Amino acid sequence: MMIKVENLKKSFGENEVLKKINLEVEKQEVVVVIGPSGSGKSTLLRCINLLETITSGHVFIEGTDIADKTANINKIRQDVGMVFQQFNLFPHMTVLDNIMLAPTKVKKVPKEQAKAKAMELLGKVGLAEKADAYPDSLSGGQKQRIAIARALAMEPKMMLFDEPTSALDPEMVGEVLDVMKQLAKDGMTMVVVTHEMGFAREVGDRVIFMDGGYIVEENEPNQLFAHPNEERTKAFLSKVL
Amino acid sequence: MGVNPIDIIREYLPFLASGTLFTIGFSLAGIVFGTILGLLVCFGKMLNNKVLSAPFVCYITFFRGTPLFVQILLIHFGVVPAIFGQSNGIISGIVALSLNEAAYIAEVFRAGIQSIDEGQTEAARSLGMNRLQAMRYVVLPQAVHRVLPPMGNEFISLIKDSSLLAAIAAPELTYWAQAMGAQYAITWTPYLAISFIYLILTLTMSFLVNRLERRMATK
Ligand SMILES: Nc1ncnc2c1ncn2[C@@H]1O[C@H](COP(=O)(O)OP(=O)(O)OP(=O)(O)O)[C@@H](O)[C@H]1O
Ligand SMILES: [Mg+2]
Repeated sequence: MMIKVENLKKSFGENEVLKKINLEVEKQEVVVVIGPSGSGKSTLLRCINLLETITSGHVFIEGTDIADKTANINKIRQDVGMVFQQFNLFPHMTVLDNIMLAPTKVKKVPKEQAKAKAMELLGKVGLAEKADAYPDSLSGGQKQRIAIARALAMEPKMMLFDEPTSALDPEMVGEVLDVMKQLAKDGMTMVVVTHEMGFAREVGDRVIFMDGGYIVEENEPNQLFAHPNEERTKAFLSKVL
Repeated sequence: MGVNPIDIIREYLPFLASGTLFTIGFSLAGIVFGTILGLLVCFGKMLNNKVLSAPFVCYITFFRGTPLFVQILLIHFGVVPAIFGQSNGIISGIVALSLNEAAYIAEVFRAGIQSIDEGQTEAARSLGMNRLQAMRYVVLPQAVHRVLPPMGNEFISLIKDSSLLAAIAAPELTYWAQAMGAQYAITWTPYLAISFIYLILTLTMSFLVNRLERRMATK
């Protein structure tokens, strides 16, 4: 089991955003999370690598409870790559330095080795020629592909994607999804929050529908899209499909 | 009209020269120590623990909320004698300017750090960096960029404020201008002369800061 979420609750002040989440993600599984705005999708993802503190419950990453104060969260996060809607590339560094920073500073990988790995990843996302460019000079789609390469440079065992294509112009969505599809094919364990139902159908092993802080329904994609059981799922799908 | 102003200035030239050096020295000391201390105070204030950050908040509140002149007097006639047994204008001057500058620099830095998007820190942390690494490699390099202009303003203020040290007989520019004015019972010559020198110092400072900004912008 790569990720196991157990009775997870998260509140911001009085506002309980995650009400009682249980979720398991197997190795090499691709789980797609969908749901209306404000349903807690981002918060769930952020709790999984402790960017948000957990109010109660547990999140196990490969068996380690990250809610436990003694857990070495910096070490665990190395195994959990995250890709953000807003890319969050480091604007003061070149693309290459963006990718090499964490491996060299956190894992103490020798520079040459980190650079070779970075170039390999840049090739993989189709942006080898942008190694020396600064993020500001890239398009949104290129930025997001770099952000994926940057996360992969730490050789994570699983990846979290929070609406990776929502900030992109429509014509750039495809190039990012293609990289993610390839990643899924290569066997990466992934949790993807997205509104791209085509992607969910094509690469998702399981789709989770969240609403109001609950997981309302989960199923294999075709099943969930074709035959939703819950009224709320039906209502949501009728709007997005 | 007795003595020719030119002659007075000529007579006082060595003192004005050493006064200028002292003014530069006080300013540089205040800038260097104030910046180092200011960074520490800034991090102190940003600590998550309220009890631990409280002393730093008090420090900033005190040094920004009371007149520098009063701080100079307190340090010169109170703090320095209590520690060294006697007062010393140069030590008091450096201490007072550094402590005061640190409070302002701390706030400038805090504003700079907080102006960097939270997503930057989150991206760094999600890659496995600890708080310190995220600060050092991701946030600070971007913040430095943004704090440069307000820092330059603080440095310029510091140069001008160092004139207050004349009151504790620290031998900087204004001190010698007062001496000159008192000896010959004149006003215009000494104060216009040092105004001119202060102007050169502050203009040089803003030139240097501007150049640094431009160098960093093209990088
Ligand atoms: N840092 C925060 N402080 C207070 N409230 C927050 C915070 N982050 C999220 N919330 C609240 O938690 C709820 C769930 O937010 P979340 O971002 O997880 O939703 P989402 O499903 O990702 O929505 P979207 O599709 O718009 O991204 C929202 O009501 C939001 O206002
Ligand atoms: Mg969200």
